[in-house]
Amino acid sequence: MSQPSHTQSDAILEKRRQIVTELGNKLPKDCLLHNPEDLAPYECDGLSIYQSTPLAVALPYTVAQAQQVVRYCYQNQIPIVPRGAGTGLSGGALPHEEGILLSLARLNTILDLDTQARTCRVQPGVRNLAISEAARPYGLYYAPDPSSQIACSIGGNIAENAGGVHCLKYGLTVHNVFEVTILTAEGELMTLGSEALDSAGYDLLALIIGSEGLLGIVVDIVVKLLPTPQEAIVILAAFHTIKEAGDAVGQIIGAGIIPAGIEMMDKLSIQATEDFVHAGYPLDAAAILLCELDGIETEINETTARVNEVMLKAGAYQVRDSENDQQRELFWAGRKAAFPAVGRISPDYYCMDGTIPRKELANVLTKIGERADLHGLRVANVFHAGDGNLHPLILFDANKEGDLDRAHLLGNDILELSIAVGGTITGEHGVGIEKLGGMCSQFNEQELTQYHAIKAAFDDTGILNPGKAIPTLRRCAEFGHMHVHEGKLPFPDLPRF
Amino acid sequence: MKNDNTEHMQAQINEAIASKQALVIRGGRSKDFLGRKVGCTHLNTLEHKGVTNYEPGELILTARSGTPLKEIKKLLAEQGQMLAFEPPAFGNKATLGGTIACGLSGPRRPYAGSARDFVLGTKIINGKGEILRFGGEVMKNVAGYDVSRLMTGAYGTLGLLLEISLKVMPSPEQQTTLVFEHNAEEAIQRINQLASQPVPISGACHLNDKLYLRLSGLTVSVNAACKELGGETLANAEIFWEQLREQQLPEFKTDKSFWRISVPPTTAPLSLSGETIIDWGGGLRWLASNEPQQSIHNTAKKAGGHATLFRNHDGFGEVFQPLNPAIKELHNKLKHAFDPHGILNPGRMYLDI
Repeated sequence: MSQPSHTQSDAILEKRRQIVTELGNKLPKDCLLHNPEDLAPYECDGLSIYQSTPLAVALPYTVAQAQQVVRYCYQNQIPIVPRGAGTGLSGGALPHEEGILLSLARLNTILDLDTQARTCRVQPGVRNLAISEAARPYGLYYAPDPSSQIACSIGGNIAENAGGVHCLKYGLTVHNVFEVTILTAEGELMTLGSEALDSAGYDLLALIIGSEGLLGIVVDIVVKLLPTPQEAIVILAAFHTIKEAGDAVGQIIGAGIIPAGIEMMDKLSIQATEDFVHAGYPLDAAAILLCELDGIETEINETTARVNEVMLKAGAYQVRDSENDQQRELFWAGRKAAFPAVGRISPDYYCMDGTIPRKELANVLTKIGERADLHGLRVANVFHAGDGNLHPLILFDANKEGDLDRAHLLGNDILELSIAVGGTITGEHGVGIEKLGGMCSQFNEQELTQYHAIKAAFDDTGILNPGKAIPTLRRCAEFGHMHVHEGKLPFPDLPRF
Repeated sequence: MKNDNTEHMQAQINEAIASKQALVIRGGRSKDFLGRKVGCTHLNTLEHKGVTNYEPGELILTARSGTPLKEIKKLLAEQGQMLAFEPPAFGNKATLGGTIACGLSGPRRPYAGSARDFVLGTKIINGKGEILRFGGEVMKNVAGYDVSRLMTGAYGTLGLLLEISLKVMPSPEQQTTLVFEHNAEEAIQRINQLASQPVPISGACHLNDKLYLRLSGLTVSVNAACKELGGETLANAEIFWEQLREQQLPEFKTDKSFWRISVPPTTAPLSLSGETIIDWGGGLRWLASNEPQQSIHNTAKKAGGHATLFRNHDGFGEVFQPLNPAIKELHNKLKHAFDPHGILNPGRMYLDI
């Protein structure tokens, strides 16, 4: 973890002067920030425990200007860190001290909305929610809805393959994008995918989505729009045990129903949010499920009845259907406010992002509780239950000696636990700078080497977002992380701190 | 281990590296006709078979590449589930490995997603003989590049698929097919109009001046849509869609070159001579034509799509749409990154990858 450096070396200052002169000449005056006070807002993204100051921040208005920046960086071998809205939670947009931060925020135009083809062509800085707002008059919307959708940009969504609460039914970013145009490391424009439903050759579109800005910089995107569902309802079900709640999810899906969204919250999350937004959650529940169903009215009536039945059979002691849009929104309000609500009961929290097979939920939450006790910390859990994506929020106080370190250790324990049960270290937040250590556990040397070979095919000199997403083998060796082989930890019963 | 032929296949790949002898990956040979013809030393996946994990409540299935597709479909059907990308088998012997390597999807594709959309993880052997695992058995996973989806539709040129994990979906409770009289142009317009409304479409094709619209979902939803849309109800619809998917309808019989042209779904009928069947709600045009290859590739490109010479060719010329030079160079580099000795199905897609 690095802090903003106050004694910058002469070499860095000299390099900055050179960039300001040379690149500044190629761009309008307000497109290149280099004064310390101007750089400060760019020192971190949504994961603010990591901070660093770039040599300069480039803020192009046009693709041509962005291209100038990349070409200049390629010619001079200066690292480039792309940034969208800066809402990422894994430090993917953490600046490089010897590099340029390339903000795509000003490329924020919706270029075309084709209602017949149900597509929308946008620039990378367009906010996720702005697409759905533009499409709404035509009865269409853009489905992936990460919780930061009011602020996050579509370019960042592509870098992270963003999900959201509705992705079990409607898919992730990768399922909802037709085409992207990237700037390659050399600064050339290259279009991947197309407005047809597939393309000739390898599926490079799938490869670029979720690549965290390491393979190319996205400057133009065509997304898929879907017809807006006519009606929606949320069912709130309360359970005495986590296991019953987890099993209920499997039984709903096993009954052939794919809910538009199905979320779980544990006791601590319920209490924190209920104090905050008064959504009417039962405070005595060990877990609640929020199950959204959408479609036409008759369809919803039928699936609601079926889901109610399954919930009760699975052991729910209370099941409530939202009676109107207002109540539906209130039910969701608690879930959506879970993170800030936890922020109210703890000075700091650290959000994890593992995905696990759902059948392991009760087991994993029990173990997380045990590890938390060992570290003397509390954990609140919210869970995208349909797809197994778990967000444990580790509560800590950065002002308390050793708390941050303990939170990190507990976080690592949770990642290792996710891998050990056959899951993954990140479901939707990305690896960024934060989970490089976890990557050493999840992948072996040959797999990491294969990733580096892919990177080299796109960016052989490694100027695009260096040091993120895929750890070097040397780093893994230094971390001394053990690789979890076939999901089995060596000495699984040893406490690991 | 019974049915696990990994060691043998890895040894074969290592041998191929040592002897610089390219391998042709083969499963049930149901799709031998696809792509370009390649070498003569075969690596057979049929002994590497079996479903290793199936969790209906988690919507996840993992199977070895040599597992027969029909076995997987049967297993899923027993639990009321399906492969939502509705893959064509092209014969009884199709394997899961071949299905994913070719990346083909059936009529449900525009509405449910493509083969690659449902691939969650793969275990492969790359061209260096290394066993690698990417993705996994979870729906959401952004650790590392999405190599599993890259493998889908790469025709085995980047790695030998050992295991594939898929997202599976519940089968619809009710399916009804409506038939309308429309010429191709009207049909394309109508399909796209309907697709922008909340109508439960799961298939839309056009042949012989008829638009076939398949609706799937809960009985109440399908019935409501049928009432609203009108049209004639098709009897034996299940057989119709199966024959469309498997190209067994009489309209698919031809001696002419048979093309698969993928275009943006709203594209007007293409100005190419020959007989066309439209699938994928307008996104796929099957064309039997004697037009020269060049003019078909040009027309497809101009429409924003691409064309594949699907059947009735000798396998020695170009089959897939030529790639632009920068993209082609990237393909060559990726091929080298996975298969530096060029031993895995070289030439199956393009001459030098």
